[in-house]
Amino acid sequence: MEKRKLGFAMSMVLAAGTILGACGGGAEEKTSDNKSGGGGKDDKFTVAMVTDVGGVDDKSFNQSAWEGLQAFGKENGLEKGMDGFDYIQSKSDADYKTNLNTAVRNDFDVTFGIGYKLKPAIEEVAKQRKESQFAIVDDVVEGLDNVTSVTFKEHEGSFLVGVVAGLQTKTNKIGFIGGIESDLINKFAGGFEAGVKAVNPDADVAIEFAGAFDKADKGQQMASAMYSSGIDIIYHAAGGTGNGVFAEAKSIKESNPEKEIWVIGVDRDQAEEGKVTVDGKEMNVTLTSMIKRVDLAVQDVATKAKNGEFPGGEVIEYGLESNGVSISPTQDNLTEESIAAVKEWTEKIKNGEVEVPTAPAGK
Amino acid sequence: MSKKWTAFAVPVVSVLLGLFAGAIIMLISGNNPAAGYAALWNGAFGDLFYTGETLRQMTPYVFAGLAVAFAFRTGLFNIGVEGQLLVGWLASVWVGVAFELPKIIHLPLAILAGALAGAVWGFIPGFLKARLRVHEVIVTIMMNYTALHVTNHLIRNVISDGSDATDAIKETASLRSPFLENITDFSSLHNGIYLAAIAALIMWLMLEKTTLGYELRAVGYNQQASEYAGMSVNRNIILSMVISGAFAGIGGAMQGLGTFGNMFINSGFSGIGFDGIAVALLGGNTAIGVVLAALLFGSLKVGSLNMPLESGIPNELVEIVIALIIFFVASSYMITWLLGRFKKKEAK
Repeated sequence: MEKRKLGFAMSMVLAAGTILGACGGGAEEKTSDNKSGGGGKDDKFTVAMVTDVGGVDDKSFNQSAWEGLQAFGKENGLEKGMDGFDYIQSKSDADYKTNLNTAVRNDFDVTFGIGYKLKPAIEEVAKQRKESQFAIVDDVVEGLDNVTSVTFKEHEGSFLVGVVAGLQTKTNKIGFIGGIESDLINKFAGGFEAGVKAVNPDADVAIEFAGAFDKADKGQQMASAMYSSGIDIIYHAAGGTGNGVFAEAKSIKESNPEKEIWVIGVDRDQAEEGKVTVDGKEMNVTLTSMIKRVDLAVQDVATKAKNGEFPGGEVIEYGLESNGVSISPTQDNLTEESIAAVKEWTEKIKNGEVEVPTAPAGK
Repeated sequence: MSKKWTAFAVPVVSVLLGLFAGAIIMLISGNNPAAGYAALWNGAFGDLFYTGETLRQMTPYVFAGLAVAFAFRTGLFNIGVEGQLLVGWLASVWVGVAFELPKIIHLPLAILAGALAGAVWGFIPGFLKARLRVHEVIVTIMMNYTALHVTNHLIRNVISDGSDATDAIKETASLRSPFLENITDFSSLHNGIYLAAIAALIMWLMLEKTTLGYELRAVGYNQQASEYAGMSVNRNIILSMVISGAFAGIGGAMQGLGTFGNMFINSGFSGIGFDGIAVALLGGNTAIGVVLAALLFGSLKVGSLNMPLESGIPNELVEIVIALIIFFVASSYMITWLLGRFKKKEAK
């Protein structure tokens, strides 16, 4: 009887082995197919993106990039999948290199790395895979001909929302909540501060950092402290952490609809996040948003690459002049004065009259 | 049915049940399980590159698993592997960045620093348990958070100038191996895999072949009896936590000196320490079991990255499969009972 059970186990192991072995065989065939039939795939232009740990449904950055790829696919009649455009999600920081290599191995013509966290991985993989093309969004990789760097002039967009904040504050106290302190987030803070000071030199801007992009609870605590200290407008550049800022503003509004407090959104038009209904009345705590068109940038670079003009080794900066950054189209809460001022300052930045700083004063 | 046979059968059956349940979930959600598992397999072992990545991912799992298993054999539940791993990671990177030494000294020194930091982080809960009978689960959970925030603070304010990552470690402290990278087509497999094998061997030798190991295991079986036999229970508790912490610390060094070559601000836990608990559980708290379980976890994690691309199955599904496997391992009593029933019926 003991033997019989052993036999049963053995057959189980063997069965598992056969199944798994079969899978392995399939893989080999497939890769060899790809290699021999590589020419067939080449007539179609394919593009992939590797997300950071946020994933494609982060309501911000990665999602915007994915929307850009989808738009590109639609424009060129491509389908989602390995013969068209696709994304690969990273679950941890250790996955970036694996995922970039997976994209290369599946013969994608261009691979986007979304977010500055992928910089070291892209640098390394691009050196090893000289024949493949890469693009990094939000950081600069220098000295490699097969990598395009895509950055944004976040300071310019932040300047504009700063102008709005400076004009519409009642208490002359304004807050800024950043995710993790870095050169990138300092661009938001610096531009914002300069914008406020440009129109309202008396206003104070308190700049704080949450230390994380995915801690809504932390964002809520910080926003609560800021609002109770008399700050009436908070600009967040903190991804998911910023959702806590919205939550706090909405809960204050619910308990006291008279109180004038605002949030300025980031990356996408966040008017949707600010909606709150008090006593049957619809209100919105989102004053405006600083929009960063990652989608346009991704689409632009992909199109260039498709036309054989891949801007390898270059740094492309998307600013106000190319609509890479802008103020949100939802302007219900803006005064006439602010709208006019935004127009005026936009012109001034575009024609170079104003130089927007890329870090807060004293940094 | 012999005990050894059960110890082997339960995890294997659990894994198979987990995979089977995962297949059912794939079917229900309208996906093809065969395609899904094929993609998983290709993503983990499909070619040399992926095999390299799987082995790389497996390396810290081996250390985390050994750490949990070692403490468990002494009757301690070390939930703090995650924290010990983080401080070990930071300490090794710090040594790797700060010193300029020849490789033969620098690399061992950096690894040793990681081990030491992890050991210190393990010593505190061990000491509190031994002296004040504070339960190690509570303390180690707390110490995880302390480790996370202390390392983040040190990275930002002490090791770097307000940046969110440390500099890259010096070449002389690196575990990276051009040889391994070349034979695996540029995967990030590094020399740490050898250390993992050695560590597993050391743990086995230490527990099974030395007086120290005998005492540690004795304390794990029965504290009163060990005390009566003249062993110092307190000393063994502290020692066990220190060694466990050292294993975890070296696991962190694998990340710092091998996989990443630096350390960055972690906004949350890496999860490796917690997965280590599952690895140890699945491996039956034995050295060889931990290595096999780590290999399984490494291949599941790396392979899952390939699933959405190749088969359109969300990689969250792999997390479900892993959770199911752990569920079945944890309910090993159920499986043992079922196996027992099976046997009885046959006897009739």
